[in-house]
Amino acid sequence: MSDAISIQNLNVWFGEHNDLFQAVKNASLTVAKGASFGLVGESGSGKSTILRALTGLAPQWEGSMSINGTDLTEKRNKQFYKTVQMVFQDPYASLHPRQSVDQVLSETLTLHGFRDIDDRVNKLLLDVGLGPAFRFRYPHQLSGGQRQRIAIARALAAEPKILLLDEPTSALDVSVQAEILNLLCDLRAEHGLTYLMVSHDLAVVAHMCERAAVMQNGEIVEIIEVADMRAGRTQHDYTAQLLHASANRVT
Amino acid sequence: MTTLLDVENLWVRFPSRTGVFDAVRGISFSLGRERLGIVGESGSGKSLTGRAILRLIHKPGIVEADHIKLHGDNLLAKSEREMRAVRGEKISMVMQDPKFSLNPVMRVGDQIIEAYRLHAKASKAEAYRKSVEMLEAVSIRDADRVMKAYPHEMSGGMGQRIMIAMMLIPNPEILIADEPTSALDVSVQGQVLSIMDKLVKERGMGLIFISHDLNLVSQFCDRVLIMYAGRIVEVCDAAKLHEAKHPYTRGLLGSLPRFDEPRDRLQVLTRDPAWREAPSVEGRL
Amino acid sequence: MTTETQTLRDWLLSETPTSRRHARLAAFYKGWLTLRANHMAMIGLAIIALLLGTALFAPWLAPHDPFVQDLAFRLQPLGTEGHVLGTDSLGRDILSRMIYGSRITLYIVALVVMIAPIAGLLVGTIAGYAGGWTDIVLMRITDIFLAFPRLILALAFVAALGAGIENAVLAIALTAWPPYARMARAETLTIRSSDYISAIRLQGAGPMRIITKHIWPLCISSLIVRVTLDMAGIILAAAGLGFLGLGAQPPSPEWGAMISEGRRFILDYWWIATMPGLAIFTVSLAFNLLGDGLRDVLDPKDSSS
Repeated sequence: MSDAISIQNLNVWFGEHNDLFQAVKNASLTVAKGASFGLVGESGSGKSTILRALTGLAPQWEGSMSINGTDLTEKRNKQFYKTVQMVFQDPYASLHPRQSVDQVLSETLTLHGFRDIDDRVNKLLLDVGLGPAFRFRYPHQLSGGQRQRIAIARALAAEPKILLLDEPTSALDVSVQAEILNLLCDLRAEHGLTYLMVSHDLAVVAHMCERAAVMQNGEIVEIIEVADMRAGRTQHDYTAQLLHASANRVT
Repeated sequence: MTTLLDVENLWVRFPSRTGVFDAVRGISFSLGRERLGIVGESGSGKSLTGRAILRLIHKPGIVEADHIKLHGDNLLAKSEREMRAVRGEKISMVMQDPKFSLNPVMRVGDQIIEAYRLHAKASKAEAYRKSVEMLEAVSIRDADRVMKAYPHEMSGGMGQRIMIAMMLIPNPEILIADEPTSALDVSVQGQVLSIMDKLVKERGMGLIFISHDLNLVSQFCDRVLIMYAGRIVEVCDAAKLHEAKHPYTRGLLGSLPRFDEPRDRLQVLTRDPAWREAPSVEGRL
Repeated sequence: MTTETQTLRDWLLSETPTSRRHARLAAFYKGWLTLRANHMAMIGLAIIALLLGTALFAPWLAPHDPFVQDLAFRLQPLGTEGHVLGTDSLGRDILSRMIYGSRITLYIVALVVMIAPIAGLLVGTIAGYAGGWTDIVLMRITDIFLAFPRLILALAFVAALGAGIENAVLAIALTAWPPYARMARAETLTIRSSDYISAIRLQGAGPMRIITKHIWPLCISSLIVRVTLDMAGIILAAAGLGFLGLGAQPPSPEWGAMISEGRRFILDYWWIATMPGLAIFTVSLAFNLLGDGLRDVLDPKDSSS
């Protein structure tokens, strides 16, 4: 059986000509089907860039990436978007300010070629714990947590198998974070999803994932089992440093 | 402990089309030479409390209180001109994101020098010397290079240290820090906090530390006010935050994923409408 | 809450709309409430409504035929019996001419609005979204049009195509679109890199759909504001062409042309040029006031309020 996500020797650049900046250097990782994999590191370590390269939002890359055994080329096709979806960090920026929940979800469903739009919109809203009362609201009528639920509903509309989560709770309050993380756990179990989750918060990654890659300055310095991470069994100094800095915070 | 600041029955209201929205609802507390934490979720009124002390609430917002006394001197009775002297001189504020607080087209050095000369009549050379001293006080090693740099050349942690340096120039008695480290990485957070801690202790300042992060506050502060829906629901010693009794505080603590004890599901906070209506707890020394 | 006790206002201000139409009406109503709170904008709107009414009912409102000359009654002062605003050099009633002139003004405004902002929106959003060579080529063309002095370019056009109101409008529109294109491009650049555009791209949406359904709605509001603010300039440009004899042709009662005719008598019979001048001033001011108010309502940055 092929892995859900496989990335080999990935390099990603931003900018052009003179100020070319290499955001990811020679990164390799694999995520098995149904697994949940974390990417941790500080800001600017290149963890979100890997997600953007996968989805085609960062077009300057080199190396090989494959989804369910199919190699990715320069262009992503419809089938890719039906398999892989992404949830963005900031729910205040990821919803169109002039579109109601209904418009966002209906359009997404239409794009993926579904016909029974009304039923599906209502079902999606129920799936993310909101219900049909929210269908005709605009983003400014929703709280941060509700917006993130809508963003998750949009990602689920295509019935994907792989969800890329880019710091899905870092803009939210802790009590809302708990609700969203629980929701993501439930959805994963229910739909058999594979997660690739980026976070700066080790405790969140430890809660959500089984394995994680630690990134520093664009490189993956260590891939570690979460159990080892909890036990403090690290290979690389930087991982130990990160653990120390976060553990300091937990009493 | 001497009381630096005393706030009695503070309200912050925002009139709107659908009626008046009370963001802060009659809270009272005082601050000594200590590190006072204010925690709560977004919308709890914690940031507005900090801004209301300096009367920095934007229109149409209204600040009302029986008094906000700095050394027995009511800030609410002051004119706007007198308030300008208080801001910075006596009470300083550090904001969340240094990127928005520094002028992007001015060199860091020029900004610090300008801030210094606004408060003290000093020659340029004198101001420069003082500024370098200040930067060194916030553990910036090559201060001369930083003086010549533009804000965008600084990392987040560096920017926040510069902001703290600028705020401390006039030697204020009270520092209000509104989420000063939430835009920073964990490793940098520690450095910035220890710098703030050192300065507060050395100078005997009062610090109001506003944050959403319970763990951070419990480690860093002496005393904590927990705010919910514009009121103080609980006051406790920071070190004993984890023994807090109010269900809201307990719920917040419980909803955090724990590194040391894995669990399948996170505890979800169920909000009791009674919390909103319970009278505000007094946060005095 | 039951539907019986609900008033229309409550229904419109509901935070939980129950259908697409309801949601749209509610959003519209809230915008209207914000606009209504702005007194200056309401004054502007009232003047524009008055202008519309005047144009619509011109034949019933005008006391005289605007084209009938009566040389015995030429150059009558203000307040003359039967001619409240006096008569011009050919004895035509100035009030009647101004009332009929409002039709021409509205006609010009409508035509320019149908051409310039739409052309600008198309060019700007395509250039901004496509980037690369498309952007460079489209923007250099825009720059060329921007580099010409507006009235001179319009003059050249009218000279080439012949004088007349349609050609004047075309000339104004051709000189008016580049600023809209620049503005639309600048907005597109910021919108393009936002997360919600990335999100719809990840649903497999193509560039056409993204530009028309996701970028346009955000650009249009600031475009509308800009158009209302520019309206004064458009009316003045049309009047200017009329004044130079290159716009509306006599005996058309276009306001600019009326000023041009009155110019010859400005020292002795000041009201002939002043009255249409006042009309231009009032209408321009009204559009400006409304534009200012609309900016508060339509600005996407604080749609949260």
